[in-house]
Amino acid sequence: MRITADTTVCIGAGMCALTAPEVFDQADDGLVTVLLPDPAEELHEAAAEAVRLCPSGALGVR
Amino acid sequence: MSQTTPPDSRSFPLRRQCPLAPPPEYDRLRAQEPVSEVRLPTGGTAWLVTRYEDVRTVLSSPAFSADGTRPGFPTLLPGHEQILRRPPFIRMDPPQHSFYRRMLTQEFTLKRVRTMRPGIQTTVDRLLDDLLARTPPVDLVEAFALPAPSLVICQLLGVPYDDHESFQSRSKAVLSGASTAEQSATALGGLRAYMDGLITRKQREPGDDLLSKLVSEQLEPAGELRRDELLMMCVMLLSAGHETTANMISLGAVALLEHPDQLAALRSDRGLLPGAVEELLRHLSIADLVTTRIAAEDTELGGTAIRAGEGVIALLAAANWDPGVFPEPERLDVHRGNRHHVGFGYGVHQCLGQNLARLELEIALSTLFARIPTLRVTVPVDELPYKHGGLLFGLHELPVSW
Ligand code: HEM
Ligand code: SF4
Repeated sequence: MRITADTTVCIGAGMCALTAPEVFDQADDGLVTVLLPDPAEELHEAAAEAVRLCPSGALGVR
Repeated sequence: MSQTTPPDSRSFPLRRQCPLAPPPEYDRLRAQEPVSEVRLPTGGTAWLVTRYEDVRTVLSSPAFSADGTRPGFPTLLPGHEQILRRPPFIRMDPPQHSFYRRMLTQEFTLKRVRTMRPGIQTTVDRLLDDLLARTPPVDLVEAFALPAPSLVICQLLGVPYDDHESFQSRSKAVLSGASTAEQSATALGGLRAYMDGLITRKQREPGDDLLSKLVSEQLEPAGELRRDELLMMCVMLLSAGHETTANMISLGAVALLEHPDQLAALRSDRGLLPGAVEELLRHLSIADLVTTRIAAEDTELGGTAIRAGEGVIALLAAANWDPGVFPEPERLDVHRGNRHHVGFGYGVHQCLGQNLARLELEIALSTLFARIPTLRVTVPVDELPYKHGGLLFGLHELPVSW
C-alpha cells in the first residue's frame, strides 16, 4: 500500500486524522501530512477508509 | 431527460411530518425521480437531488459551483440574494475559496480542537449547575443548547458573550423561514455593524483570540484581507459556530429520549459516544437545505440533463436516509458507527468546524444525561415548536423537567 496526499487540494477538514490517526496527521497549517506512507497490514483498512472519507479528493492509495 | 412533473406542481421546502425524520416525500423522490425540479419560495426553480451518490457528486464535482455571485444561484429564503452579492467563502469556488479557508484551517484542526476539551467541559458543567438550580420546567434551548456553543465560539473568536442576545437573535432571524426580506436584511446589517465595531476594538486592544489574530495578521495593510472580507468571514464563523450546534444539541437530546434503548446503550458504554454523535448527525441532518449549488456547465446527473446556470439543491437528509447506503435509515442506531454520512456536507466546503462540533456534541449530550438522569420533555414531542421552513432544522424551545 502506498498513500499519497496532495496538499494543494486538501481543505484541512481532518477526516483523515480522525479516521486513521496512526497514518495521517494535520500539520500546523491544518493541511494533511502522511505519517506512514506505507502503513503496516493492520492499518490498511483504516487508511483505505480515510482515503474514501476525504471530502476534497486530496488522498490517494496505490 | 426525464421530466415528469411540471415545475410549479411541487413547491419547496418540503415539510417534515415526523420532526425526527426527513420529509417523507424524499423517499418517493429518491426512488422515482432522484433528480427532480421544484419551484423555490423565492421564485425560479431548482433541481432537487436525493440519492447519496448524486449528492456527493454535486458537492465534489467542478461541474457544480458554489459561487453565489453567479446569476440565478438558488436561494431558499427571502433576502438571501443580498448575502450572495458579496458572499463569504462558503459561497465561493476554488481558488478564492481555498485562499480564505486556509487562513482558518489551522484553528480548527483535530489537535487544536482537542485542546479545547477542558474548557468546553467547564462551560457545560456551569450551565448545568445553573439549570439544576432552577425550578422545572426549564427551556433547555435557552438554558443549555444555545448558550453552550455560543460561549465556546465567543471564547474562540474573542466575541464578548455579554452581547449574545443581539447576535443570537439576529443570526436566528437571518436563518429563519419566518423572516421577511426586510427583517433578514436588517438582521444581517445589524450583525455586520456589530462585527465592524468589534474589529475596531480588536485593532485598538488586541486579545488572545482568533479575531485579534486575523485582524493583526490578515487585515490590510499587514495582510491581504480587505475589511469587508474579514467582516463577512467573522459573521459567518459566529453564526455557523452557534446556531448549528445548538440545534443539534436540543434535537439530539429529544432523539435520544425518544429512543430509550439507544440512550441506555450509550449510558452503559461511553465508548459508543463518538459513533452516537455521527449517527445523530446522520439521522437528524439539520443542515439538509444548506447545500445549494449552480451548474457551471451543461451536465448530467442520475440520467437527468442539467443545463449551465440551473440551480441544484443537494438534500443532505435525503442522502443520509438513502437505504442503499444506510440500511433501515429510520432506525437510530448508535452502533452503526459510520462516518460517511454527509451531515457536514462533502467536497471542499465540508464543514470547517466539524471537529469542534463533534466535541461539543459529545460533551454536551453525555454530560446532560449523566448529570440529569431523569430528564424528560414536558410536552408531547410532536407538539414542540420546530423550525420548519428555515435553513437549519431545530427547536425554538424545549421545555424539560427532571
Ligand atoms: C453540528 C453542527 C454543524 C453542522 C451540522 C454543520 C454543517 C455544515 C455543512 C453542511 C456545511 C457545508 C455547506 C455547503 O457545502 O454549502 C458547513 C460548512 C461550514 N461550517 Fe459547519 N456545521 C456545524 C457546525 C459548525 C461549527 C461549530 C462551525 C464553527 C465555526 C462551523 C463553520 C462552518 C464553516 C466556516 C463552513 C464553510 C466551509 C467552507 O465553505 O469551506 N460549522 N457546515
Ligand atoms: S481528510 Fe482530506 S481534506 Fe481533510 S485533512 Fe485529510 S487530506 Fe485534507
